[in-house]
Order: sequence, then C-alpha cells, then structure tokens
Amino acid sequence: MPVPRLPILHETIRNMNYHVALWFAMFVILTISVVNAVRYLIKPVAKFDHYSVETANAGILLGLLGVITGSIWAKFTWGDWWTNDPKLNGAAVAMLIYLAYLILRGSLSDEQQRGKISAIYNIFAFSMLLPLLYILPRLKGVDSLHPGNGGNPAFSSLDLDNNIRKVFYPAIIGWTLLGLWIASLKIRIKTIEEKIND
Amino acid sequence: MINFNHFKNKIMLKKIFSIITTLVFSMNLMAQSPVNEVEMADAMRTNGKIYVVVAVLSVVMAGFIFYLISVDRKLSRLEKEINNEKENK
Repeated sequence: MPVPRLPILHETIRNMNYHVALWFAMFVILTISVVNAVRYLIKPVAKFDHYSVETANAGILLGLLGVITGSIWAKFTWGDWWTNDPKLNGAAVAMLIYLAYLILRGSLSDEQQRGKISAIYNIFAFSMLLPLLYILPRLKGVDSLHPGNGGNPAFSSLDLDNNIRKVFYPAIIGWTLLGLWIASLKIRIKTIEEKIND
Repeated sequence: MINFNHFKNKIMLKKIFSIITTLVFSMNLMAQSPVNEVEMADAMRTNGKIYVVVAVLSVVMAGFIFYLISVDRKLSRLEKEINNEKENK
C-alpha cells in the first residue's frame, strides 16, 4: 500500500495506523467505560462496574502503548524521546489520572463503596481526558508539534491520502475491537469469579 | 659522473615521493568515505525510517502479549480455585 511521500517522516507516516489509531481506539473504549460508570450510578449492578473497570483497563493499555509508540516516533522525527509538547504532557497527566483510578479501586475493599467512588472518579477522569488531549493542545498560542495542534496543519488535508485512509480507518476499528475483546475476556473471568465466591 | 648520479637520485626521489603522496592521498580518500556517511542510529534512519515503524509495531505486539499473559495467569488461578473446591467437596 503506497503512502504519501513526506520529508522527515518518510515511511514513519505508516505509524498513523498504530500510534494515532491506538489513541482513537483508546478514546472510544474509555467513552464506553465512562458510559458504564454512569449506568452503574443510575443502577448499581455489579455487571456495570465490571464493564466500566475492564474497559478502563483496556483503554489504559492502549494509552500506554500510544505514549510509548509516540515516544519512539518522536525520537526519529522530532529528535527526542520526549519533547515538552502540550499534547505529550497532557497525555502523561491523563494516563496518571487513569492509573490513579486503578489505585483508588485497589484501596477500597467494600464492593458497593468501591463501585460508586470509582464510577464518580471515572467520570472525573474522562472529563479531564478531553481537555488534556483535545482542547488544551489546540488552544491558540500553544506550541504543539502534533499535526492539527498549535496552528499546525492537521494530517487530514496534506498527508492523509485515500490510500492511507484505506488502512487507517479499519485500523481504528480493529484496535477498538481488539481492546474490547480483551476487556470482555476479563469481564467474563470476573463474572465467573463472582459466581464461585457466592 | 657524480653529477649524473645525482640527477638519477633526484628522479628516484621524485618517484618515491610521488608514490608516497599517492598512497597518502588514497588513504585519505579511503578514510573519507565513511567520514561523510557518519550518522548515528543508522538502522533506524535507513530505508526511509521503516524500522521506526517496525519498532512501533513490536512495542504494540509486546504490550498486547504482556497483557494477554496477565489475563492468562488470572484464568489459571481461577481454574486452580475451581479444582480445589471440587476436591474439597
């Protein structure tokens, strides 16, 4: 599959299908997580709590992979493993917030309490994720090396030709489904665990 | 006679000098070709940086495999629990 020929990026434009698609998939999965957190708050059934946690877990996995792959990509195109890009720091903070979510869950033993507090925290974490990743880096006067941020042109117009789109969009769907599948495996394990303990 | 010998020696000297200079120059040339190509992290920047994509892909694979192994271990623990309960009954 041919890709657009661009200076500096060269073949690394193919990372779109991994790095960028992983972040898109993470966003979809974390959205599912926060929806289930709200569902749990409306109707406190353990099932929704499992959905919420395990999708959050899968989302964190995709996010961490996104950070690492982005770091590798940055090293060979921007020249450093980590730049003080607002999007990078925002992603790091967002990941820390979500890791704190797991720690918070681990620290609470009462099931009802854990479900409620972590669901509320999940909503908070998700509402932090949005500005950190999508709003702050796009503000005027913010310097971001990411395309589409800080006055940089987005990938879409210049670099995303129809050939890369053919891979990129299925890649987003693929990573999302892979994450959801792993989450569903863990949800099933948890359900069985619960049945045994009853 | 002496004069002629002196002339001959001069030619020899010139020849030796020219050979040495050619050698020195050619050594210089040999040394120079790698000097011009010095670029660190070579493999990652050759072939249009395709190995960056390879590295990214392997990190993603490693991450998923790591996570799936942790799921596998959880499942094994669960299986053990079920087997233990069966034995106890």
